[in-house]
Amino acid sequence: MQRKRELTFLENLYVPEIVRGLVLTSRHFFGNLFIHTAHLVGLMKNRSAAVTFQYPEQKRPLAPRLRTRHRLTVREEGTPRCVGCMLCETVCPAKCITIVAGEHPDPNVEKYPVRFDIDLGVCVYCGYCVEVCPEDAIRMDTEILDIAAYSRQAMKLDIHELMDPKLRKPVPECTLKFPHQCRVHKPVLPEAPQQRSDLPAVVSRNEPPGPMVGSWEAVYGKKD
Amino acid sequence: MIAALVFADIGIKLALAGIVFFGVLNLAGLHTWVERKQSAIMQDRIGANRASIFGIKLFGLFHPLADAIKMFFKEDFIPANGDRLLHTLAPFLSVFFALVAFAGIPFGDRLMVGGRAINLQVAGIYIGILYIFAMLSLGVYGVILAGFSSRNNYALLGSLRATAQMISYEIALGLSIIGLVMIFSTMDLQQMVRAQGGDFSRWLPGIGRWIPMWGIFLQPVAFFVFLTAALAETKRVPFDLPEGESEIIGYFVEYSGMKFGLFFMTDFIETVLVACLATTLFFGGWQVPYLHPDGFHFPWGATAAVGHLVYVGLGIASFSLKVLAFCWLFMAIRWTLPRFRYDQLMKLGWIYLFPIALVNVLVTAGILAFLGARG
Repeated sequence: MQRKRELTFLENLYVPEIVRGLVLTSRHFFGNLFIHTAHLVGLMKNRSAAVTFQYPEQKRPLAPRLRTRHRLTVREEGTPRCVGCMLCETVCPAKCITIVAGEHPDPNVEKYPVRFDIDLGVCVYCGYCVEVCPEDAIRMDTEILDIAAYSRQAMKLDIHELMDPKLRKPVPECTLKFPHQCRVHKPVLPEAPQQRSDLPAVVSRNEPPGPMVGSWEAVYGKKD
Repeated sequence: MIAALVFADIGIKLALAGIVFFGVLNLAGLHTWVERKQSAIMQDRIGANRASIFGIKLFGLFHPLADAIKMFFKEDFIPANGDRLLHTLAPFLSVFFALVAFAGIPFGDRLMVGGRAINLQVAGIYIGILYIFAMLSLGVYGVILAGFSSRNNYALLGSLRATAQMISYEIALGLSIIGLVMIFSTMDLQQMVRAQGGDFSRWLPGIGRWIPMWGIFLQPVAFFVFLTAALAETKRVPFDLPEGESEIIGYFVEYSGMKFGLFFMTDFIETVLVACLATTLFFGGWQVPYLHPDGFHFPWGATAAVGHLVYVGLGIASFSLKVLAFCWLFMAIRWTLPRFRYDQLMKLGWIYLFPIALVNVLVTAGILAFLGARG
């Protein structure tokens, strides 16, 4: 522990110490001003004059192991790698994953998700789903950090957004060919139920399923 | 004919006042930008750079504009039990006394236009120093009225702190310039600046010709006392106990909108005023080293003739440059030093600055008497 030290005579005079402080701040000032000026004429672009990041335009470099928003990895033909084994839904400590499995036409695959929802408002970003997945079907490497929404409903991701991290709400149109419960072909956000103000809010975790859309013929072509 | 001359005189005075107000108010407004930008660059940041007009950002120079618009459109709040008249009057008093003090500052030499000599000073008062210090002292009224009329204990305490601080430091401030008044034997700032045009060749043969006879070389100790006391007068860090915006509450708690903005402006106007005073008293005002009315007389013997308009222009440029340099220095000090504790503040004012200024006056008087006796 640093105990309070007696000041030396020079330090007691204040003025030399004040000058020392001014020299330090002025050195930063003129050094940074020089680099800023050099940037204006297009020089020294490799040296930054500030330690700050101009956030929306300039993103911080992220660590490769950082867990960011989830995505579902995709097979070559455009179907999810997920085999609907429910391990992630089971391991999830926040219970934010909802999977409805369907039968895959390929007997080697057996199952696939008809519906795969993650509620980001509940997710704790623990990464257990990624760890537990035997198929490498879910990853948290989208580098999407700016997750914000005006309602709880809008915090819920469905299979469209999970398979294509570039999609943003409201998802404009469904491009998934395989049969799935589609929220795009129906109104994405169901009308909020009328809530009486004198009662505690009731938040439904699961929305009603959307209609089944798509066909395996569209993915694999007509069987002979 | 006489009426025309009188009107011409009035016109000239109004023009001078306009020029001074234009310069001072713009500089004070720009201070809000300088404050953000300079502190940012000092601390390895970028600073305000988002305000844009049609995509033109201009290093964030539109931020003062945005601030002013915001201030005007905010609610103008007067506390329910506050004194409506005094509460409204206080910020105007503050800014008024800070602004009128500039009348005494000479910003250039005599300008000869069409056979008429225009003194580049709004009011050629022959007790200019007293006038400026009187106006600085009257600024306390704005502060104490603001705290008193708000009907808020914290505001009142803040204004008491401010008053105590300003009065304490005015004594050191006043004493620090007595030495200069004795040396130049005048209270007229224009005279004082003119007297700083000489050099030290009379007393220091050899290098004396290189050193202009500026106040800082005549009174170096007084300069430091003046600088410290003047910083305290502006009520900014490290002497910002009256407001202490980060934790203790200041005298303008109950102010909002442009009235708060006026107090804010007053601080910046006083900073500019103090920079002008330091320049005028200690850094030769509008004097350019080695420049005399007929041109440059360099100490190595070279001379360069200079026209009258160029001479006056160089003087004004020199004055502005020095003022800007002081503004930069004050800003650098503001962003370098932490705030004093209240007892440290009072101790610095009464136990260090006041006696130092007194001793400085005595020593100056002794030296002057000695030199006078020698002839």
